[in-house]
Amino acid sequence: MATAEARVRAEFEPHGGTGIWSWITTVDHKRIAILYYVTSVVFLVLGGIEALIIRLQLAQPNGTVISAETYNQLFTMHGVTMVFLMGMPISVAFFNYLIPLQIGARDVAFPRLNALSYWIFLFGGIFLYSSFLVGQAPNGGWFGYAPLTSKQFTPGLNADFYSLGLQALGVASIMGGVNFITTIINMRAPGMRLMRMPLFTWMSFVTSFLLITALPVLAVALFFLTFDRQWGTNFYQVAAGGDPILWQHLFWMFGHPEVYILILPAFGILSDIIPTFSRKPLFGYAVMVYSGCLIGLISWGVWAHHMFATGLGPIADSFFTISTMIIAIPTGVKIFNWLATMFGGQLRFTTPMLFSIATVGLFTVGGISGVMHAASPADLQQTDTYFVIAHFHYVLVAGTVSAVMAGTYYWFPKVTGRFMSERLGKWNFWLFFIGMNLTFFPMHFIGLLGMPRRTFTYSPDLHVTNLNLSATIGAFILAIAFLLLIVNVLISRRNGAPASHNPWGAATLEWATSSPPPEYNFGRIPVIHNREPLWLPGKEEVVEAAQARPGAIHMPPPSFWPFFTAIGIVGTFALFLTGHWWAPLIGVAWTAIGIVNWAYEPTH
Amino acid sequence: MSQAAALTYPDRRPMPGMGVYNMKLGMWVFLLSEVMFFSGLIGSYVILRFAHPTAYPPPGTVLNVPLTAFNTFVLICSSVSMVKAFAAIEAGDQKGLRTFLLATTALGILFLSIQGVEYTKLASEGMLPMASLYHAVGRHGGTAVLGGPLYGATFYTLTGFHGAHVTIGVLCLIFTSIRAFRGRYTQENHGGIEIMGLYWHFVDLVWIILFTIVYLI
Repeated sequence: MATAEARVRAEFEPHGGTGIWSWITTVDHKRIAILYYVTSVVFLVLGGIEALIIRLQLAQPNGTVISAETYNQLFTMHGVTMVFLMGMPISVAFFNYLIPLQIGARDVAFPRLNALSYWIFLFGGIFLYSSFLVGQAPNGGWFGYAPLTSKQFTPGLNADFYSLGLQALGVASIMGGVNFITTIINMRAPGMRLMRMPLFTWMSFVTSFLLITALPVLAVALFFLTFDRQWGTNFYQVAAGGDPILWQHLFWMFGHPEVYILILPAFGILSDIIPTFSRKPLFGYAVMVYSGCLIGLISWGVWAHHMFATGLGPIADSFFTISTMIIAIPTGVKIFNWLATMFGGQLRFTTPMLFSIATVGLFTVGGISGVMHAASPADLQQTDTYFVIAHFHYVLVAGTVSAVMAGTYYWFPKVTGRFMSERLGKWNFWLFFIGMNLTFFPMHFIGLLGMPRRTFTYSPDLHVTNLNLSATIGAFILAIAFLLLIVNVLISRRNGAPASHNPWGAATLEWATSSPPPEYNFGRIPVIHNREPLWLPGKEEVVEAAQARPGAIHMPPPSFWPFFTAIGIVGTFALFLTGHWWAPLIGVAWTAIGIVNWAYEPTH
Repeated sequence: MSQAAALTYPDRRPMPGMGVYNMKLGMWVFLLSEVMFFSGLIGSYVILRFAHPTAYPPPGTVLNVPLTAFNTFVLICSSVSMVKAFAAIEAGDQKGLRTFLLATTALGILFLSIQGVEYTKLASEGMLPMASLYHAVGRHGGTAVLGGPLYGATFYTLTGFHGAHVTIGVLCLIFTSIRAFRGRYTQENHGGIEIMGLYWHFVDLVWIILFTIVYLI
């Protein structure tokens, strides 16, 4: 890229088109980000509808809205959807859009691999949801505990959809992780040292490492499950010498880093938004980076706190209690640094800032209940009750989702060149805030009063009827809040107030280029001298370079083969459902055709 | 850091980064995820095996250690020839590149063939992944050896995933060899050979661990 300037010959020729074919073949990270975002929101709606049905069933004791079997499928698919089809991909949408723009690159390191990740995610999601068509959606919880998922206890295809679908999604995540790590290490603009990168990119970096190390462990667990179910091996069958606790260890060795895969991007979003609307540089930048790295590192040593009830023994319990409590320290550091950033700043309470402040506060509530059941004796009371549900919805809805909403309002002007409506945004925020607390705060008490998770109904004698009704009402308010977000995006896309290249007066590099950014991102790659290139002296040069007329920039051409190959990869897993040992080979052959064509496709 | 100093500070390298091209760095990162995959497999094997010591026959009673030791030797040799192929193209030696790539491919295929022979033999003796119990005739003498149902499952899963990696490696080696014969790699530009080598050496390394833990211990 540095040499591109030297041999400016002609004007940049964009890879044009806006039709559906241009979206199928696109390798532009910004377009792929939009695909990720829209798909994730669709899955958010699906997972949300599942949650609403669950809440309707639980609004009154002895509910009869749905059967126990349907309830099992709904809470399982709600969890799987919100973790794998909404939480992770919506973060990846932000990774895709922002990482190259924040580090001064023209695209990710492997643009076609990036497209492949997206298509595998999409087809994997469709595959998982196709299980509803045959009435056999996964029904063993999102953690699919053995031996519940064995042929004996789940004779249908439910657990097969689960294991094969997640396997495909894992492939997509690993590819994404490889891509982002390579991009962040290798594609930075001159002067963009690691310790000058925006915090969002830093947290994406840590998250990508978690992706590539955690997902393979899940793959192992799922392969064992698949073999048990398809070929009659006995990895999780106690009677044959297998070990169901092995599943729990493998699953949570993936599952706990997964929690930080979901929350670290949100931390990154907050760390970019709060300085902008406080007009102050982030307080303790270096410590924020280190604490993020530390959270990623420690997240590998806490998995068994999900398993206190299995009886690991006092030594293991003590170890995991302590390690889990230690992870609260770097998290607390982040909370205090956000507060210190706001302290004494010129606060502007725009919608993204409101969402950010709410996230800091509400995430802390979830964090505190997390420390409560980090203590293994207390956990034995709380595990498998609604208290745990309250905890992780406070960290994932009030943490991840709220930060994603903040990020949506914040970066929408960059993506579209238009602001989202602030009036609708305030409504959106307050409905979200009220709905969120009304839904999940009562669950703390529901849990402490003894109502177990994953049970399709409850008795009036439990005295949790009013609390449950409140949660149901809250859930519908929350649903309206999400609807408002979608409505706001749709309206503002065409009718929002026009936004300049840096409408919020932010400090980071993505705001230097025009809104929306051109396909090549930066006319010339700017030279970076500090952490706040748009605040500190030299900002004019950065903006001028970013918006310069492009020379003969080479951008990777569109490619059909990622789409084609993704069909083969997901098809390979899907064809296991047929029960014929040779059927997946069709998918393998299809994938091979895709890979060969991919390899021979000219990229210049 | 004072601002004036920051502005005039010359950035010594034109682009930050590790000085490693994208494909190579990507392969490193991918191999990190492979390390976690095989760690998961090997860790599970250790847990299952040491929880049920009696389900696993002593080393050498069921599995043919000398044959697999030879196979390990074959795979290590293929790593050597891969290194030689890379060294050849570093020196601009096209003929050496082609010779050693073909040698690596052939050794890879030999490894898979021997593994195929081993699998066939074991399966004919009744050792299958889903077998509930496995009675093998001891390799040294007539007494039957009893293997638990997990014995076959873990054996085929661990060695099978490795075999799948070697198979993919061999396919890539064939692809690389075809390109080498068309003269697509030069002394200046041979990233493909380097990342092929990284993958191949990794697969070899995994096998040395698997051989030790599955066959010898």
